[in-house]
Order: sequence, then structure tokens, then C-alpha cells
Amino acid sequence: MKQKARIIEALSGIVGREQVLTEKEDVLPFGFDGTAALKKAAECVVFPGTVEEAAAVVRFCSENDLAMVTRGSGTGLSGGSLPVEEGIIICLLRLNEILEVDADNLTLLAECGVITQKIAEAASAEGLFYPPDPGSMKISTIGGNVAENSGGLRGLKYGVTRNYVMGMEVILPDGTVTFLGNKCVKDVAGFSMKDVFIGSEGTLGLITKVLLRLVPPPPARQTMLAMYPRMEDAATTVSEIISRKIIPCTLEFLDQVTIQCIEDYAKIGLPTDAGAILLMESDGPLSVVEAEALEMADIARKNGAREVRVAKSVEEANELAAARRTAFSALARVRPTTILEDATVPRSELTKIVTFIQEIGKKYQLRIGTFGHMGDGNLHPTFLTDEKNHEEMEKVEKAMKEIFTFAISLGGTITGEHGVGVAKKNFLPQQYGAEGIKLFKTFKAAIDPKGLLNPGKLVDVERKSRSA
Amino acid sequence: MKNFPSNVNSPSMGKKNYLADMDYSVLQQCMHCGMCLPTCPTYEETGRERNSPRGRIALMRAVADGELKIEKAFADEMYYCLGCLACVSACPAGVDYADLFEKARAQAEEEKVLTGKKRRLVRWLTLRLLFTRPRLLRFVGRSLWLYQASKLQAAFRGLRLNKLLPKRYRELEELTPTAEARFSHQQIPLRATAYGEEKYQVGLLTGCVQDIVFASVNADTAEVLRHNHCTVITPRVQHCCGSLHGHNGEYELSKEMARKNIDAFDLSSLDSIITNAAGCGSHLKHYDRLLADDPEYADKAREWSAKCKDIHEWLDEIGLVTPQGEGGAQRVTYHEACHLCHGQGIRVPPRNILRAIPGLELVELEESMWCCGSAGIYNITQPETSRKLRDRKIGHIRKKPVDCIASANPGCNIQIQAGLQADGAGGIPVKHPVTILAEAYRK
Repeated sequence: MKQKARIIEALSGIVGREQVLTEKEDVLPFGFDGTAALKKAAECVVFPGTVEEAAAVVRFCSENDLAMVTRGSGTGLSGGSLPVEEGIIICLLRLNEILEVDADNLTLLAECGVITQKIAEAASAEGLFYPPDPGSMKISTIGGNVAENSGGLRGLKYGVTRNYVMGMEVILPDGTVTFLGNKCVKDVAGFSMKDVFIGSEGTLGLITKVLLRLVPPPPARQTMLAMYPRMEDAATTVSEIISRKIIPCTLEFLDQVTIQCIEDYAKIGLPTDAGAILLMESDGPLSVVEAEALEMADIARKNGAREVRVAKSVEEANELAAARRTAFSALARVRPTTILEDATVPRSELTKIVTFIQEIGKKYQLRIGTFGHMGDGNLHPTFLTDEKNHEEMEKVEKAMKEIFTFAISLGGTITGEHGVGVAKKNFLPQQYGAEGIKLFKTFKAAIDPKGLLNPGKLVDVERKSRSA
Repeated sequence: MKNFPSNVNSPSMGKKNYLADMDYSVLQQCMHCGMCLPTCPTYEETGRERNSPRGRIALMRAVADGELKIEKAFADEMYYCLGCLACVSACPAGVDYADLFEKARAQAEEEKVLTGKKRRLVRWLTLRLLFTRPRLLRFVGRSLWLYQASKLQAAFRGLRLNKLLPKRYRELEELTPTAEARFSHQQIPLRATAYGEEKYQVGLLTGCVQDIVFASVNADTAEVLRHNHCTVITPRVQHCCGSLHGHNGEYELSKEMARKNIDAFDLSSLDSIITNAAGCGSHLKHYDRLLADDPEYADKAREWSAKCKDIHEWLDEIGLVTPQGEGGAQRVTYHEACHLCHGQGIRVPPRNILRAIPGLELVELEESMWCCGSAGIYNITQPETSRKLRDRKIGHIRKKPVDCIASANPGCNIQIQAGLQADGAGGIPVKHPVTILAEAYRK
């Protein structure tokens, strides 16, 4: 970094010396997020303690043409918070207050660094419900969830983070602070700019506060486990449940490798001999839940489930969901490197993509563990490989490309909930075409003309500095 | 003082490279998903990645990759880690952090980046001298008992002479445990036969700190085992299990301790080898890994690891003989020693034992699995963080009225007792679950 000493001094003047990290042992662990096999050297990490400090840091960076990467807990799965060269990392973990739970308007206002789990707990304490539940919710930040538009296990019925964001405070690339949105259920005043920032992956601004919509919690729920000898039958079950116009809260899929890994970790008695399992959860009024659960169990059996087990208690249901959330990390037990994808297809196409992934695994002789939110078409084919084996990594690259191409041909997307970041940037043009990418670039340039925010992520734009 | 060896690993030999030479896949196992972060007490304190398990592993991997040279900051970080292993319980990927952490500390010692005469003296006195020589340790224990029994300690404190000590030493003086009058081998016969029918023959590990400060816990353990159809063999002179050495960068010395302990028992004649100290148990069970490369001991170590059982685990396995009489305590809360719940994954058996005691109500403790800050010798090496964790633990204990705290590790018991004294809100007895059980059998 050029003029490092001057930069450190200036940043220290804003946030205090102890909130600026530059020593190698301090910054090295900021060189990655939750994405496998991605690593980049970090040079400087800054921890603002207030929105004003954060805005001052952004203003300084803008004036000095310094690239900025925003970071929360660093659990992202597409390399969105990976460091960039000649840039600083702005870590917003210290902005961690829940500012208001408004029970009259069913909203919650929180600073961006609040842990997702704490949001859910604060809502629950007021008798309300915040449905988005990404796998990393125990440690992910709400700001990160909004920036990545995180999904979770309940996406099928309740939607994703986007569906719960009513407003947000953002710091624009020049350091200006503004609030977008409000507590109104209806609001058509002007462009819906907040929606542009949701899922923008830190490329447009820093989200510092979020205003969230809460809903009443469902009075009853029932969780079931359907076990299949064959993977395809689980996929067909899901397609049929949807076509029968049932929208359960959760329809999660786990293949045999994933089942074995989770059981190895959680030891909750999953059937390790099953070819696949579906975790099905229905919630709502008791009578509806009972009817829905019965019908889903029927559909599962009709489609080849050898057994459908009903969770006997809330604890057992929670245990199953918690175990499912560990799937991705648990798969790391098998091979040294775990590369997770999240290709997503319309739900009518599930059987095709599940079969295709199996064939690709055979074709390239790769071990693939597949799990995911089958109810919303969002699968996580996970390559169990070794980053040190270059030959195998090349095959992974090829296999990944084929899966993406096939998903797109089915009317799907390269990423359902993890984001583009650096991991999937090269596949984006295939999905959007030249026109779509051009629109992205125009948009990015309009909000961040210097290209200082998270450069090299999502879409490439030219970085313009004053000196240039 | 110049002549104290700064490192006890045969200093004349070539430098070892624990991190670079280890199986690389152990380092790779961490896919930095971050699931460990919310369970790490030091990360919670600072919010800095380097103070987290995945951050530390990243540093270790950088060392193994040759990207990072070990300097003081690396060593400091490895010693800032409590070694509580909460991250191991949280890790879905199954990273063997205990192994990584021991090797990282060993490498830090190998590089001799932490200096200071005081540090060298303390390490030499404890790791090298005291905790390798059981008879010497007993002598010190006896002296401590004399000092305490003769009311000298009371006089010292009564005359407020302790206030003259520098703050650091004053705090340490408060942690001085009370030594018992008789050691384990004086309280337990070499062979104590089972009451009633003998179904098992077991060996009893008496530990080192446990032997001096909590020898009665060892006696209680033997008694409880006898009530449960076990004949108990207790070798007279036993060595420190080596966990203190292993956790503090003296890897080779910890192997030596392991070999000595294995030699002390006739493995083939025993159904199990019982330990009652969580910190020791967590280490003892890994003798197989520790001695895997030792041609003479590898097989014996495997047998040892297979037979080594925590007392709660063993009683749960063989089916506890329910006591008829009530124990002394009515409302008991249970603090989970890190190396029992995280290190050995034993959470339910101690609760089962407590619940089996007639008249005993188990009151669940908030954050029962959060480290109390004792963490081996952490309360001596990192007093500030240790104190914060201790106060957090005591805060939770004070929330619900109980008449006894159950905990299965000598370090935790000393730490919690000191914490209860420090906040001045009244003492509560801290007992090993086995002691509570033994009291019930006696009624």
C-alpha cells in the first residue's frame, strides 16, 4: 500500500489507533471469509465504532482513492468480503445495537453488526417472528445478510432477507449518509433504492442500519423426515408437493454423503443407509398443519419413500433443523477442500438437475455431496476435493461450468443465495448476456463512479482515480 | 539465573518443526466457515479474527506454508487461547483443534520467541521440576499443608502481609489451594476390593494437583467404584499425566509422562483406567495419538486409550448403582469443565449421576459450558482475561440460589471457589459430583 503510514495515521485519527489493524498476525486472518480455497492478503482493517466514524472513514478513502471492502463476521460464501489490493477492510462488527422493536408496526431497527440470531431472539421476545434463517445465523451479521440477500431453510414459504427489509441507512461511496425506506407497508415514492442495495454485495454502499419487517409466529408446526432409497424420488416428491399447491415452511434435501457427515457430527440418529432424505416442515394453524403434513407424507410414500418419520417434540424438530444447518461444514469431514455451489432451478425441473449432477459426478470422477433447499429449487452440490490436487481442481472447474450451463438452460440461476462475489463472477455474463452486464456496469458507475467499493466483485468496472 | 534452560526439549538436537511436519490435512480441515466464532471466549472478548479459532488456525497454516515466521505475536496469540476447546464442540467439520493448538505452542517454544527470566523460571519450576517428579510435588504439597495447618497462612493474611505483595502475586496468593493432610495413596489401599460382587477390575489415576489438593476426591472415587462392583487398583506413585506439558508447548516431555504412566499400570489385567479430573482425562485419552510414532509404546498406548474412561462415563456405561440415602446437598448446579464437555464430549453422564441421588434437585446453570477461566495455568499466565471469565461464571451462579456447585475438574473448583470469595456474596461449597455421590452412599 502506498503511503501506508499516512493512511494509518489518518484512519487512527478517526477511529482510534487500537481500532486500526496492520500487523501481519492481526490482518492475516482477515484474508478470507467462509468461501473455500479463496485467500487474499489483507493490509489494513478498520473498526469504526459509530456510523459517523464509518462515514468519515469512507470519506477519507474516497478522497484518497482507496478501495474499500465492507465486512461483518466474514461468513460469506462467494468471497464478497475478500480483501482487495491497495484497499482497506471496514469491519462493522462494533455497530451491534438493536435500536428498536416496534410492536405496533411490527418492525425492528438494528445496526448492521447485530448477529442474525439476536434479531430472531429479540423478535421472539416480543412475540414476533423474523423468518430468514441462513445456515450461519449464529454468527452472521444482519448487515451482511442484507448485502448478500441471504436465504435459508424457510425461503420456500417465507421468502428471503429481501422480503423483510423495509428500510436501511447507507453510507454512499463519497461518505454521504442517507436513509432509504420507512415503516409504511405501502410506499411508492420514487425509485425503490433500498431494493438496489439488497444483495449489492458491498459494491454500492455500506449498509449501517436495517429496518426489518416482523410477522406473527405460526401457532403450530410439524416436522417430518422422509427416507428414500433413491435421490431422484426425493426430487420428484418435492415437485409434486408444489404442483399440488402445498407450500410448506421447509423442504430440505440431503443425499447420502451429506447424511453420513451430519450424523458423524451431530449424532442425532439420522438414517445413514438412506440414499436421500427430505426434511419437511409445515407450520401455521394446527388444523392446516395436520392436514398438510398428512398429505405430504402421502406424496412422499407414493413417490418411493421407504419410511416417513414424524418428529415427536419441538426439541427434536429444532435438533433436525440445526443439524441440517451444519451440512456444508460437516461435508468438510470427507476431503480437504469443500467447494459449495448453489445453482438454482424452477421447481418443476428438480429431478432433471439432481440426475444431471449425479451424471456429472460420474463423468469427471468427482465426489459430490448434494443437499439444499429443494422446496425453493436451491440446491447445494458440493465438491469434495483437494485444492492441492491441480488436476482434480481443473475437473471441478469443468464440472461446475457444466452444472451452471445446465441450470441456466432450465431457466435457473448460477446462485440462489450465496451471491456472485469473486467466486461466480465469471459465470454471470452467461446468465445475463452482454445487455444485462452492461446495465449492471452502468448502474454501478452511476452510484460508485470511482469504482472504490468492493472492486473486482460481482462485476468488473474500471477503477478511476483522480491521478489517472 | 542465566543457566535455566529456556527450552526443555533436548536443546542440543536440531530444531523440530511441529506445524510444517504435521499431516497437512488436519490444517486443511478448517474451511473457515466461522461456526466456531460465537463459542470462543477470546473472540467474544475482542471481536478480532486472530483471537478466534479459525484465525489461529489460519496463522498456524501460514506458518506451515512458510508464509509466516513465528515471532512473539504468534506465540502470544497461542497463549491467549484458553485451550477450552469450545470450538471443537462447535466445529461441524471435525477439526482437531486440540492437536493443532498443542503443536503450535510447542513450535512457539521451539522458536524461543517468548523470553523473560521470570517466565523461564516459572516454566522450569513447574513443568520441568515439580510436575515431573511426583515425590517432590508431594513434598511441596506437604509443606503447603503445614503452612496452612499451622495457621501461618491465616496469620500471613491476618496481619495483612499479603497486601505488601505486588498486585500480581497477591492475586496469585488468593488462588493458593488448600492442601489436604493425607495424599491419595495414604487414603486408598493399593487394592480396594468391590463391595459385594466384583464385576470389574479398574485402575485409578490419582493425578498430581488432585492428589495434593483434592485427595479426598480420589478416595471418594475409589469408594464410589467399590459401590459399583469395581475392585480398584491404585498404584502408589503416579506421574503427572502430562497435560500441563502438552498444553504448554513441552511436547516431548508430555510423551515422557505418558510412557511413565502407562508403565505404572498392568493394562491387560484391567477393564478400565479411571480418571476423575476432566483436564487430565481429555489428555490421557490421547496417549494413542501422542505415542503413535513410538515403536515400543504405540500398541500399549492404543490399549490405554481404549480403556481410559472418565469416572462419569464409566458409571454411566456399567449402570450406576442408585444410592439409597440422600446426599448432603438439595439444590445443586452443575458447571461443565471444558475438558469434560468439549474435550471428551461428556455432558449427560454427570447430570445422570446427580439426578440419581435421592432428594437432589439439579438446577441448570446458564452458560454451563462457557469456560470459567481456570484453563490449566491460564489464571496464572493471563490473569486479566481469566478474572473476567471467572466473574462471568460467578454472575450466572449467583442468579439462582443453590447450596452446592458440582464440577469435575480441580482447576475449575479452585477458580470458582476463589471467585465466590472475591465477590463477597457468601461461599457455596464446590464439590466433585463423585463426592456428592459418595456422601449419598454413606448415608
